[in-house]
Amino acid sequence: MKFITIDKKNWTKGIDKSRGTYRLFGPVKDKNWCMIKELDGDILPDMEYNESVMSAKSVLFPQSETILNTSLNESVEDHHIMKRAKNDYTARAVLGIRPYDAKAIQLVKMNFDTKEYKDPYWCDAYEATTFVGMAITKPGPFDFSTSVDSGPFCEEGLDILLADLDDSFIAKILTPKGESFAAACGFDSTIDDKESQALFDILRKEAEKNINCRVETDKLKEKNLLDLHGASFWDDLAFSCINCGTCTYVCPTCWCFDIQDEAKLKESSRFRNWDTCMSPLFTRHATGHNPRGVKVQRVRQRFMHKLKYFLDKYDQGIMCVGCGRCVKSCPVNIDIREVCHTMNTYEKKD
Amino acid sequence: MDTCIKKIRELSAELLEKGEVQKVIGFAQGTIPMATSPIAIESKQDTEKLVFNSTCGLNLANYASKQKGKVAIIAKGCDSRNIVTHIVENQIQRDQIYIIGVPCTGMVDKSKIATLFEDEITGFTEDGNTLRVTSSSREEILKKQDYLRENCLYCTHKNPILYDVLATELVEEQMLEKPFPDVDRIEALDTDAKWQHFENLTKNCIRCYACRNACPLCYCPTCFVDEAGPQWVGKGQNKTDVNTFHYLRAFHCAGRCTDCGACVEACPMGINVRDFTRKLNKDALELFGWEAGLDITKRPPLDAYSPEDPDDFIK
Repeated sequence: MKFITIDKKNWTKGIDKSRGTYRLFGPVKDKNWCMIKELDGDILPDMEYNESVMSAKSVLFPQSETILNTSLNESVEDHHIMKRAKNDYTARAVLGIRPYDAKAIQLVKMNFDTKEYKDPYWCDAYEATTFVGMAITKPGPFDFSTSVDSGPFCEEGLDILLADLDDSFIAKILTPKGESFAAACGFDSTIDDKESQALFDILRKEAEKNINCRVETDKLKEKNLLDLHGASFWDDLAFSCINCGTCTYVCPTCWCFDIQDEAKLKESSRFRNWDTCMSPLFTRHATGHNPRGVKVQRVRQRFMHKLKYFLDKYDQGIMCVGCGRCVKSCPVNIDIREVCHTMNTYEKKD
Repeated sequence: MDTCIKKIRELSAELLEKGEVQKVIGFAQGTIPMATSPIAIESKQDTEKLVFNSTCGLNLANYASKQKGKVAIIAKGCDSRNIVTHIVENQIQRDQIYIIGVPCTGMVDKSKIATLFEDEITGFTEDGNTLRVTSSSREEILKKQDYLRENCLYCTHKNPILYDVLATELVEEQMLEKPFPDVDRIEALDTDAKWQHFENLTKNCIRCYACRNACPLCYCPTCFVDEAGPQWVGKGQNKTDVNTFHYLRAFHCAGRCTDCGACVEACPMGINVRDFTRKLNKDALELFGWEAGLDITKRPPLDAYSPEDPDDFIK
């Protein structure tokens, strides 16, 4: 771990220098929004954005990703045998990722990279990626990251954490991957560790003070799963839900996907797409039976997974990093902070 | 318009108390600024939860049609037109629904207001035509008229078409010389530019289907994009598949769309979904003299034969 300082005048030059070794991703202004995109050509990341409408999960887990290919041409060797698609896993860096989004990737990792199973596509992309985080100095009103083991200066899952000092960035280099990226940019002005850490601590405390939302999760673990599942509040809670996929798609920790095969002429490919537990099709069996056939079951599933099943299975906190995107984007304002409160304080009536 | 809430609550309490309806469907205050949430009220005490203001931009028609028993519904002009459409399309019977009509002075364009600020909006209040919007850095006093949603700007049916009671006095309807200036602009483009316009429109679409699910016309038990056996449309982010969804959905709304704007309101990606449906609304008006949801006794133009049909082939 060490600190370096980056004069903003040298920022663009350094970033451009790294393009030789890294594919870059970062926040880009798009109309009124900010989107995390590949920084093709000489596009620069917008390091001053407030928040991106979609999270950075797509850098490792694109909404639509080809995983296998085959030829249907019978004169070709190995026709009809699916083989891994030749995707690009050369080094990439995601610039300006928010600390809560980087933490979210660590939660997603628990699912895609386990002792028993490794998702090769996600794991290879993860290996290839350097996460250059941007600390949040002005948290938005929907940010409740400090309630869920993240926060505006959370370092979990990051290789570098940047703090904005108007004319310069201070970069805390957290891992060897971070060190390699800084070297590729030519950023090498080291500064005193103790002083820098003290400054980071002041900035972090200042930022954390501006987070006014607090969500309690302390009692979720001790709640009986079936009691929560059978609770009567789900009907009221689900009433307004229109069952779109917005909450799941904007969520940095939602990882569910669907597999599809498509053929065009003699070429066939298998790819995966983000899927959403809000859709009836998500659980519809080939027989036509659907274990989550009605809306309330699907709404319950989303919150039970995030706030109870995940917690019970991994004991690593809830599957939410407090970014507030779903709160802001939900067309009918279903608020996970309120749902979490309802679940956390639920007492079964006999 | 915000003063009518007292009347809405009184009427709702009375209906529930007398047992005339099982539920009142309206809007509740949201947890964040400029947000409201559809709610079903079942007891007199809970009527205090009802609100009505310029942020009630969703359409409640679909919520009412899915209920058992008789329900009351708070209906703006557009909601009432979609209730008419639901009655015509046999989704709900007239005697199953009690309509509390609210003459509407328009809903605000939340994203237009959001673009005035560099940071997040932390407060929103309204008083007549004055909006007071605050963020952590500053406050803006706005005229509501300048921040109406586009569909509200072109609305010629602010008053409910069908109602059992009104929550406030009727408002004056506007007459528009050019009711479709937005469509005219797109029509004036050459073919390539027109194509490009629609390509750009959907480029950020994430296929969450919020537009469809917020739409009062989209009540099919299984939407064509969710059909799995056989599957009709590709599920990925392929442009053709994304656009197929939008084009087919729009055509399915032809002669039925009331331009309520719920699709745009719901879209998390800021897509002006109405660009697809507005042209069809214009065609319905120009070819058939038809506006959806104005008469419970008339079948929609694509559902009826008429000797006056402008297309020769049908005669």
